[in-house]
Amino acid sequence: MSLTLRYFIAVIIMALVTYIPRALPFAVFSKQIKSRFIKSFLFYVPYAVLASLTFPAIFYCTDNMIAAVVGTVVALVLAYFEQSLVVVAACAVLSIFLVNLL
Amino acid sequence: MYDFTKKSEFADGVKKGIPIGVGYLAVSFTFGIWAVESGLPIWMVIFISLSNLTSAGQFAGTGLMVAGASFFEIGLSVFVINIRYMLMSLALTQKLSKNTRLGQKLIFGYGVTDEVFAIASTREREVTAHYMYGLMSTPILGWTLGTALGAVTGSILPDRLADAMGIALYAMFIAIIIPPAKKSRAILFAVLISILVTCILKYVPVFSFVTDGFAMIIATFVGAGIMAWLAPVEDKEAAPVKEGGAA
Repeated sequence: MSLTLRYFIAVIIMALVTYIPRALPFAVFSKQIKSRFIKSFLFYVPYAVLASLTFPAIFYCTDNMIAAVVGTVVALVLAYFEQSLVVVAACAVLSIFLVNLL
Repeated sequence: MYDFTKKSEFADGVKKGIPIGVGYLAVSFTFGIWAVESGLPIWMVIFISLSNLTSAGQFAGTGLMVAGASFFEIGLSVFVINIRYMLMSLALTQKLSKNTRLGQKLIFGYGVTDEVFAIASTREREVTAHYMYGLMSTPILGWTLGTALGAVTGSILPDRLADAMGIALYAMFIAIIIPPAKKSRAILFAVLISILVTCILKYVPVFSFVTDGFAMIIATFVGAGIMAWLAPVEDKEAAPVKEGGAA
């Protein structure tokens, strides 16, 4: 099997195991959940997922951990003042770039 | 003939999706640079982003792929990282307008990224098909276009700038979490518990067998579970938790 074909098959597999978990709940579940606990659980899921994805991974996003910490603080402060996604992301990138220049 | 409701729903979705799409430009740009540097042809790098439309999963999968891992290993790892989407899509089924058709839902399945989910699930009104289409469109475009730009022009970008762009994805996550966590102490606690569990699973040697994907799922169950138990949301659908609520 050529390397390109091997890669191509791997990408198709990756696409499937990404699509299936996303689409399956839509396909099989349509009724309204009655349980207050499950409703509350699902309400908290997005925040818990994103938090777990971000911390502590954000501190390893660049080779220089001090720069990563500076970028994290910049993002936290701007997010606290409710700046848009783009502003928060751009300023975090810029702050790391500047720290690395020092 | 125009259907003005559909049109305005689509427009509202696009409006909410633009910041995500712009943020994706930066994140996928780094993916494009990195994947081409790993030895993949440009067309395949772009195809990965268009077909996968995800961050963590495709970074990990592509890394395993170029390292020569087996199909099984690639598939299982990417699947584990993506199990979180089941929780997200399940949560989103509760927000969809009643008349959403199966075919439309199967299209949503392609576009439910972390950020698209976060925006859709925190919408105050119900989520209609055309709102979802609008919301998905710019992120899909941004993710694919950014990858293409990174793949084609990456080699001329200064290394330092490319390196700094690695934080863009996480900064977007922070921008999504912090404003609601500021208003609701219960959300803040869900966030903190989830981070604590992630750190324990990552740094305590006994748990070193737990992969990153599973650590995230466990952290989510613990964080969201404890807060659902301590601070159940009001019965009104998706009602935001009152400030200082049960916590």
